[in-house]
Amino acid sequence: MLTKRIIACLDVKDGRVVKGVQFRNHVDMGDILELSQRYADEGVDELVFYDITASSDGRVVDKSWVNQIARRINIPFCVAGGIRTVGDAKAILNDGADKISVNSPALETPEFITELAAAFGTQCVVAGIDSRREDDGRLQVYQYTGDAAKTIKSKRQTVAWAQQVVALGAGEIVLNCMNNDGVKKGYDIEQLKAVKAAVSVPVIASGGAGDYQHFADLFQTTDIDGALAASVFHSGKIPIPDLKAFLRAQSIEVRV
Amino acid sequence: MIAIIDSGGANIASVQFALERLGAKSVLTRDAAEIAAADRVLLPGVGAAPVAMKALNDAKLIEPIRKLRQPVLGICLGMQLLFGRSFEGDTDMLGILDGECRAFTPAAGRSVPHMGWNRLHPTTTHPLLAGLDDISHVYFVHSYYVPVNKATIATCNYGQDFTAIAAKDNFLGCQFHPERSGQVGARILQNFLEMPS
Repeated sequence: MLTKRIIACLDVKDGRVVKGVQFRNHVDMGDILELSQRYADEGVDELVFYDITASSDGRVVDKSWVNQIARRINIPFCVAGGIRTVGDAKAILNDGADKISVNSPALETPEFITELAAAFGTQCVVAGIDSRREDDGRLQVYQYTGDAAKTIKSKRQTVAWAQQVVALGAGEIVLNCMNNDGVKKGYDIEQLKAVKAAVSVPVIASGGAGDYQHFADLFQTTDIDGALAASVFHSGKIPIPDLKAFLRAQSIEVRV
Repeated sequence: MIAIIDSGGANIASVQFALERLGAKSVLTRDAAEIAAADRVLLPGVGAAPVAMKALNDAKLIEPIRKLRQPVLGICLGMQLLFGRSFEGDTDMLGILDGECRAFTPAAGRSVPHMGWNRLHPTTTHPLLAGLDDISHVYFVHSYYVPVNKATIATCNYGQDFTAIAAKDNFLGCQFHPERSGQVGARILQNFLEMPS
């Protein structure tokens, strides 16, 4: 049986791992290579590196660390941030990344997803979606979320956009629920269910993990394929081996 | 020397790095003579069967690969290419192993691609499986699969059983990515490196 994936997200800014609350007030969390190696050793299933400044600054992620990580760790990892051309993506994949994730550039030019899928296969192409539950209850996609000053509401509704990115060729969706991000009150189960029910590809939950039970709630109440978290892992509040033992004790299949 | 056949897809670096971590030198090549002279050969593959077969055909590597006598390991799409026919783009493949490649159908609780860590179930003993624990998870990323057949030496279950590892004579294949499968994957690659050539 396919195990539920536990994914550590490393937000990267200027070559360091950082974390903010609701995308703001970034705090230094450590060295990329050291943290990556620690997670691989502890049994995390996958790593995602988001260069959170890249999309909004119009820069491509600094790639030197991609190659260093690929040489060092033996688990899959995905790189996101400012990937605007097939050439950008190719350089990162050739450096040893397993997947690339696109977010704001796909909102600007949806066909970009199709170009990436045609060039590298849908398996390599992850669509990152930053979604906010508005006061009227509607789920709205946001753009340029790496920089609070440049963040804007896109014209797209979350569920429709999720279906569109899959039709265009995305092989996976990482759904970041912005209201919950950094608040540590649990994942947005209802929103994740709505998106998961609308698409056939794997959906990864992001935003809100604060305690062991939040992961169990997610996997026991939805078909979501994996759970992504950052600060609870970086801070050591939830060690990966302890989380996996906790989930296994609740009959949730995870990698040994 | 280990030859990694350059089938045109991206993501070949991670295979090379995995071999480096095991202390093995490799060369990425499309040169038939270099491939034939290698101690062992890796056939990686990310992307689509018709694209990879066209790349092998353009490089005039189809017959040379079929004639290889040293250990050959296909990875992911590279394993699928060893079989006869793929429903992906209705493609004729290398035909070294008997069997065909079919698409997973999405269903409730079964996302496609099959992406993530799933469990290996060995169906026989084989040098490639040496030293694996009772529960060994490996990392899969694929939308097409090879049904269980006479070359299958380990299965995996994703709504149905399919071929996780295939072997016939010197030709071996892993549907998963050993280079991204932690200690289990490293052990499988080590087993491949230690197989008699």
